Amino acid sequence: MYDSGKIIAGLIIFVLFVTFPIWYNHGDAGAVPKVELPKDTKECVLPADQMRAEHMQLLNVWRDEVLRTADRSFNVKIGDKKYQMSLMNTCMQCHTSKKKFCDQCHDYTSVSPYCWDCHLAPVE
Amino acid sequence: MDKKRRDFLKIAGASTLAGLGGTAVVDRLVSGTSPVQSKATKEVDSGHGGGHEAAAQGHAAGVEVAKSGNRFGMIVDLRKFKENPALGDIVVEACHGTHNVPDFSEKKDEIKWTWLTGYGGAFTEHSRLYKDQLTLDNDVLVMCNHCDNPPCVRACPTKATFKNKDGIVAMDYHRCIGCRFCMAACPYGMRSFNWRDPRAGLDMNKLNNEFPTRMRGVVEKCNFCAERVGLGKQPACVEACGDSKALIFGNLNDPESEIRKVLKANYTVQRKPSLGTHPSVFYIV
Repeated sequence: MYDSGKIIAGLIIFVLFVTFPIWYNHGDAGAVPKVELPKDTKECVLPADQMRAEHMQLLNVWRDEVLRTADRSFNVKIGDKKYQMSLMNTCMQCHTSKKKFCDQCHDYTSVSPYCWDCHLAPVE
Repeated sequence: MDKKRRDFLKIAGASTLAGLGGTAVVDRLVSGTSPVQSKATKEVDSGHGGGHEAAAQGHAAGVEVAKSGNRFGMIVDLRKFKENPALGDIVVEACHGTHNVPDFSEKKDEIKWTWLTGYGGAFTEHSRLYKDQLTLDNDVLVMCNHCDNPPCVRACPTKATFKNKDGIVAMDYHRCIGCRFCMAACPYGMRSFNWRDPRAGLDMNKLNNEFPTRMRGVVEKCNFCAERVGLGKQPACVEACGDSKALIFGNLNDPESEIRKVLKANYTVQRKPSLGTHPSVFYIV
């Protein structure tokens, strides 16, 4: 092979350059998002880890129940109180800040749910 | 192979007949009866409980077959609106305020859930010849008729608009793709399309924070206050009328309900009844 030294060196530089984002950020996931939890309540609809993983499915189920089967009853239990299946009238009553709660993780994971195109975030 | 033209035509004719007759035979075997008959039987099962003849007579006379479950409806007592000409605007304002309906000045961008229109515009099938001046001078409150046989629901390709268990023709804005087939299908023109971002036409400080807005690119219309009716409340427009009884809301399928009693005691009309949409909004002219 002619010019093997140049080619191999060039290949190494190329591979290093292409994988730059991987090894440069290795072991560092960036600052973990900090969400502000409601001060006066400790309980949510589901345990925290389940909510973290499944809140989007839960909201979809709620949406379909409320709109499609017209079930607007207060059948969501949080502690002793009962609530409606509602993003605006239940979730956001405890999580009073979209910026300090929803947006923290959504920005971090770079997702932009379209909830707020129509639904109203609490006034901050 | 030596095929004669004569033989070919014979076989072609025979197979055509077999093909045409065969499907009819199969249909009959599968359903047990002819399609027309089975449809009539179904209607009897779901509603009346009367005989086959009763359903057939009802059909012929254009009588609506009461179905099981709720069917919410409304009476608009235009006499009360004539007595109090300011009431119409109060009602419209109450509705639009409750549902965060935007206010755009350009007519083509307008979003309306309920509004006032002239007698001729509301009752196109009724003659205006020699009509009394009071009727012609006073506007008629119009809104979605929440038809029992809603053409918009049939037209919607995504089932974004549908009839819920209370007989309310509801919208699921999450599913609406903005094709506007429903607008074309609605014979009353009761639907509006969001050409612009509706939040641009809303005062963001005066919103009802219990009800969402819509987004650009969806169709919207009156929802008979499904979110309030589901909680046992009266629709916002009915509430805005106070004790005047200008609007009466209730379950048309319940013979003991107030709306049925008022319907029984007064002569009422529906809009464009000849179309067979069976509107649930009745007018006392």
